[in-house]
Amino acid sequence: MKILVPVKRVVDYNVKVRVKSDGSGMDLAGVKMSMNPFDEIAVEEAVRLKEKGVATEVIVVSCGASACQETLRTALAIGADRAILVETPNDPSFELQPLAVAKILKALIDKEQPGLVILGKQAIDDDNNQTGQMLAALADLPQATFASKVEVLEGKAKVTREVDGGLETVEVTLPAVVTTDLRLNEPRYVTLPNIMKAKKKPMETIKPADLGVDVAPRIKTVKVEEPPKRGAGVKVPDVATLVDKLKNEAKVI
Amino acid sequence: MAALVIAEHDNASLKGATFNTVTAALACGGEVHVLVAGENAAAVAQAAAQVQGVSMVLHADSPALGTQLAENVAAQVLALAGGYSHILFPATSSGRNVAPRVAAKLDVAQLSDVTKVLGADTFERPIYAGNAIATVQSADAVKVITVRTTGFDAAPAVGGSAAIETMAAVADSGKSAFVGRELTKSDRPELTAARIIVSGGRALGSAEKFTQVLTPLADKLGAALGASRAAVDAGYAPNDWQVGQTGKIVAPTLYIACGISGAIQHLAGMKDSKVIVAINKDPEAPIFSVADYALEADLFGVIPELVAQL
Repeated sequence: MKILVPVKRVVDYNVKVRVKSDGSGMDLAGVKMSMNPFDEIAVEEAVRLKEKGVATEVIVVSCGASACQETLRTALAIGADRAILVETPNDPSFELQPLAVAKILKALIDKEQPGLVILGKQAIDDDNNQTGQMLAALADLPQATFASKVEVLEGKAKVTREVDGGLETVEVTLPAVVTTDLRLNEPRYVTLPNIMKAKKKPMETIKPADLGVDVAPRIKTVKVEEPPKRGAGVKVPDVATLVDKLKNEAKVI
Repeated sequence: MAALVIAEHDNASLKGATFNTVTAALACGGEVHVLVAGENAAAVAQAAAQVQGVSMVLHADSPALGTQLAENVAAQVLALAGGYSHILFPATSSGRNVAPRVAAKLDVAQLSDVTKVLGADTFERPIYAGNAIATVQSADAVKVITVRTTGFDAAPAVGGSAAIETMAAVADSGKSAFVGRELTKSDRPELTAARIIVSGGRALGSAEKFTQVLTPLADKLGAALGASRAAVDAGYAPNDWQVGQTGKIVAPTLYIACGISGAIQHLAGMKDSKVIVAINKDPEAPIFSVADYALEADLFGVIPELVAQL
């Protein structure tokens, strides 16, 4: 079976981003970009399933400007077999939203017929946590979100999910959509020989219009602001002062 | 037009997050109805009918809904969706699981983790791990929303007297099945609802030390226990104790961070707490930039002292 893994190019998780002074968005000029951490976990899981002989081919896909090729090359270096770039205009004011991405991915499912789609649970830029679930709905497939363990059985997948209060296990009929949580696996480091090999792997570029998908945003961002700043705190010299402050100044205990 | 709130429950009781979601729904402007989809959940429907501000409760009961499988719950919501301008879920693991499925079927965008309702179509939500607040406007006919519960007060649990209407339950999708659940046993208050949280990081060193040092403090304060991602990944604390961008978002009255450096991903989960105390021996730890009271000291020495003085 084929596994399809969508990956997103986002601001590196270590970067502290700033809001643009005109409130139109985030200042991303010259900022380091990387693969969304949850997507790295998704690629790793797909590659492990291939190494176990469960999957025959791992296809990675990214939607966005041409710079997403870099993210796809990283996924190929981890071990994916081929890549698809769904290229949108290289215009920073154009916002590709989860519903549009889900529609693009639905069209790719129709074309590629994967047995499993593995996505990250959320992207660390828009923090939406929607695309996997939306894709499952549009393609009429079952979903197993926030996965911390995936076992592929005959025609089914048994997935342990991280839920409020603990863990939950569900069994979904394949094809299915799985989204990864942090503790599913530890993604491998890419090695130089694999980076070189990744350059030779096939990468196809298509446009959303080739798939017949309307990518117009449905949500308009009116403005983006800095969150309210917290007032400066005080340093306390010892435990007695801390207890006194909490009791008499803050009155919280 | 009216708003529909999808109740969070365990078939026996209505969960706290539902009350905050009702408040957000009332802010959208119209009547508020609550859907209770479950198995043998009549008591939950009764409880939902008492919530102040709720004018109708819709109750769908069947074994297919008992375990809250996304495919079935989404189908149940869609059976009702036609009559509503707003459909709101709490931003809990089950709300996040189901809401986008409903939105996609309705061919509308979804608004995640809304922290403020500015109007019927305009909302605030945090992005980039809480480093920015976006004001967003939806052009869709139906607004499907998940509500960040810490952004809204809980609606009073009594004072309402809504009618309960039973509705036909949808058939099981047959595409997914519930296998089992392994819940972390705890006598403590629920993390997202606790008034005080004591949270530990990697500096605790081991699972034994984590329990040994932090439990007496949490017991003394009647607090919930939380953890940073580093502590969870190291196996010191269970996954569902994780506070942060990818874990729980909390806003207690008092948050005590012990041996937590304060990475942006952790701050995203707790910086709306009313009072933050940080105990860390590293004077450069970023947690001190958000702390109201900072104690620069070795936690193994000062936490027992703190317990003794409380």
